[in-house]
Parts: sequence; C-alpha cells; structure tokens
Amino acid sequence: MFESFTAEVVSMIGKGIFETLYMTVISTFFGYIIGLPWGVALYVSSQKGLKPNAAIYGILSFIANVMRSIPFLILLILVMPFTLFIVGRTYGSTATIVPLTLSAAPLIARMVESSVSEVDAGVIEAAQSMGAGTWTLITSVLLVEGRVSLISGIVIMLGTVLGYSAMAGVVGGGGLGDIAIRYGYYRYQADIMIVTVVLLVALVMILQALGSKIAVAFDKRK
Amino acid sequence: MAGIVEVKNLSKTFYNKDSEVNALKDINLSIEKGDIYGIIGMSGAGKSTLVRCLNFLERPTSGEVYIDGEALSGLSDKKLKEIRGSIAMIFQNFNLLNQVNIIDNVAFPLRIQKMNKAQARQKARELLKTVGLSEKEKNYPSQLSGGQKQRVAIARALANDPKILLCDEATSALDPRTTAQILELLKKINDEMGITIIVITHQMSVVQDICHKVAIIEDGRLAESGIVSDIFANPKSHAGKMLVIGEKDMEIPLLHEDRRIRIVFETNSSYEPVIANMVLHFKTPVNILRANTRNVEGTAMGDMILGLPEDKRMQEDMIAYLEEKKLVVSEVTEDV
Repeated sequence: MFESFTAEVVSMIGKGIFETLYMTVISTFFGYIIGLPWGVALYVSSQKGLKPNAAIYGILSFIANVMRSIPFLILLILVMPFTLFIVGRTYGSTATIVPLTLSAAPLIARMVESSVSEVDAGVIEAAQSMGAGTWTLITSVLLVEGRVSLISGIVIMLGTVLGYSAMAGVVGGGGLGDIAIRYGYYRYQADIMIVTVVLLVALVMILQALGSKIAVAFDKRK
Repeated sequence: MAGIVEVKNLSKTFYNKDSEVNALKDINLSIEKGDIYGIIGMSGAGKSTLVRCLNFLERPTSGEVYIDGEALSGLSDKKLKEIRGSIAMIFQNFNLLNQVNIIDNVAFPLRIQKMNKAQARQKARELLKTVGLSEKEKNYPSQLSGGQKQRVAIARALANDPKILLCDEATSALDPRTTAQILELLKKINDEMGITIIVITHQMSVVQDICHKVAIIEDGRLAESGIVSDIFANPKSHAGKMLVIGEKDMEIPLLHEDRRIRIVFETNSSYEPVIANMVLHFKTPVNILRANTRNVEGTAMGDMILGLPEDKRMQEDMIAYLEEKKLVVSEVTEDV
C-alpha cells in the first residue's frame, strides 16, 4: 500500500504540514488581533461589564453572531474579492489566511468575552477601590487573572482553525486538507488521504497537549 | 467639627426591572479622624452598600458623602480615582490577584498610581515586613492561609498611605484566633499610623474588640449610633438589642419568672458582689439566666440576665437596689 509514497509525495506532505501550520498559526494570530479587543469590548460594554453600554454591546454582539453563523466554505467564497484586494490572489495558503482570520475572529471574541467574564468580580472591585481605570482593569486584572482560560481558548482556536484550513483545500487553499481532497477524493488514492488525515489528527493532538501544558504552567491558583 | 468622613442624608435605591429596593434610607454619619468606627448590622441590612458609597464604588441615589471636606458627587472621574487612592479597602474574600505573586500584589496599587516597578517593590517589601510576611514575597495567594491572605490584603491597602481604611467583613471568613490577630494588626495600624478605620461587620465581638464608636444599621436605616460602651450597656433600638444581647438569649424561655432584666457593670463596680448582697438583703433568690464578661474597648464589662421573683413590689425594689449600685438595668422582653 505504500508504493504511492514516492520521495515526491513525501516532500509534498512535508510541505502540506508546513502550510497547514502556517495558515493555522498566522490566522489564529490575526484572529486574536481582531478578536481579543472585540471580546474585551463585548465584556466591558455588557450589562455586568465595566462600562455597560447596551447599544455598543448590541452591535458588537450582532456582528459576532452573524459572522459566526456563516458556514466557513460560504465565507471563503464570499470574501474572495476582499482576499484578492489584500493578498493579490484567491488561492494558495496565504490567500486562505484572510477567510480563516475572518471566521476565527468572532469565535475568538466570544471565547475572550467568556474568559474575562469569569474573572472574580471581587478582584475587579478591589482594583477599582484602588483607583484603577478601565484600561488598567483590562490590562492588569482581566487579561492577567483570566489568562489560564484565555490560553485554553487559544488552544481550542488553533484546533478549530486547523480544521477550517483543511476545508480550504476545496478551493486550492494548500496544506494537508488540500492534499487529502485532491488525492483522496478526486483521485481515489485512499492511502495518501488516510496519512494526511492521521497527520491532521496528530497535529491537533500535539497542539492540544502543548497548550494544556502551557496553561497549567501559567496557573498560579494551585 | 467636621469628621474625615461625613455622610449626609444618604439614600440608595436599586432599580430592577419591575421593582425597586431601598437599600439605604437617609443615613447620616460623622466619623472623626483617627477613629476606629464600626458599622454593624445583620446580613442584608445594607452595610456593604453603605461602605461602597463611601468611596463611590456605588453612587448614592441621593445625599452626599464628604471625604476630608470634599463632596464626592461633584468630582470628575479623575479626581475620584485619586481620592480612592487615599481610601483603602479590604474584603471578606481578600480579593488578591491570584495569578500574581505576593510582592506584586502589594505593589499593585502603587503601579496603578504610576510608581515605577523597582520603587513599588521596595515599598511593598517594607509593607510585608509590617504585616510579618517578609518571607512569603515570592509565593502566590493560593499558597497562603486565610489569615496570611488578609495580611497581604492589609499590606496592599497600606501601600498608598491611605487616610482611611474600609474593612468590609474583613474577619468574617477567619477563625476566632486569626480574627483576633487581624484585629490586633488593625489596632496597631490605627495607633501607629493614625489611619481612620471603618469596620463593617455583623459580629458584635469585632466591634467590642476594636471600635470606639459604632453605627447600627437595620433595614437600610441608621438604628442608633454612639460610643460602643454606651450602646453595649444600654442598647435602645431593636437591632441594637438583638446584636448586644444576642438573638438566642432574647428568646430564653420564661421558666418561672415573668420578668427578666439585663444588668451591665464595669470592672470597677464588679469588686462588690452585688447580686449576692442583693439576695442577702431581700432574703429572696433571683435566677441568673446568663452571665458573661466581655472585653469592650479594652475594659472588661459584665452583663447578666436575671429572672426576678414574682412579687411585683419586690421586683421594683430590686431594680431600685441595682440602680442605686450604679448598674445599668434594662428590661428583657421577647418583643423588644
């Protein structure tokens, strides 16, 4: 069964692993650049937040809900003109980063919102009693006290984005998913498909294990 | 003379969807500089809301709070934050940053007030020495006991050299021995640094231990206020009696007596065996239903609940006898 794994195929799979990690990490990174402030803003403007503001919360929450409801494959196609504008083309792994980021951001915003709202209200009150302003509360209390949950969120997001990135293979997005679809689905080379799927599973497991270790290392509560 | 904290006609109403809760109603307080002032009440009485109004963590619905003569409601956000820097607060659940080590927890308020890290840590180190926890600076809150955590919280509260320290049920989560140590530390802080301390509690023993004056809050109203030993000797309000005499003892079954009185005496009057002498004098026994000695502001005060004999004349004579001996006598009835 291994006759199809020529040097060429092996190097292609190696490149696939790299592309998958590249798309996953970069998209999650950009996702957080948008989603972290978005999630913090959701919490701050929420009813129990630091500066409740129903209008701002309503708008931010609505956009997050709408963007999260669009299936990734549809979003991928919908944003193609935007991708073309930013990257200069609509295929390949760099181009896939655009829709990946856009679909990850609202999910990240919700995860961040939930992480920071778990922070003990008493600790926030204590900081307020010392004269801390909203910015200090965000940077020194919410993001610090909520960091274990935030790190767990990053790990979940990496896994999710990695899964999405595999779907991008349908439109020539590159990475392991692309290989799995091209060889397994279009050419019926099940062995290559199985290997790539196993590799995807292994990547998610490694990310999860690493992330959990980091989260535990950062947790000073026990 | 105006106090360091003046509360004028303060009311706070919480509005829910279809109801409103009057948490505080027309509270007036004057707390003098350097005092240890107790605010006591049963849970739900509104004392926690009251203390949060003192630094405007809760904005009063009406009325005014003056800190050192300055009306808080007129202040800008920036000025309010500055004032909060001079009013420190400690809490029942300590509220330390769990992901930050002890030294940086203590340095935190200094960092909020923009002191640089090295200086802040230097000062934090000195404060940890004050509360006796120098060797714990690299530890995290989860590695400390409750009493140690409260010490860290006290060190943190002292970081900005506050004028006022608010203690919100600061000893309620601690065992009696640790409570005594923390109260001792608060007394020391008051003595040595002259910081005005406001103690919110539901425990009369805490007030008796360290407070000089006390305000009793009941159902959002100020039931009574004054010198602790006066209120201990002769509580006037229902809430005051409940707190001083104790809810359980208010309900002592009547046994054979139809009239019970509470007498309070201080150390100087307790040299004479008053009750024994009274019994000898009237040749009629009385029933001692409860006797207790308590430390109020450093003075031993005794309080006793007596069941008097049935004869009405005899009852009046006995009360007159006790009053003549300069004891404070009050009636104990089930429906105070």
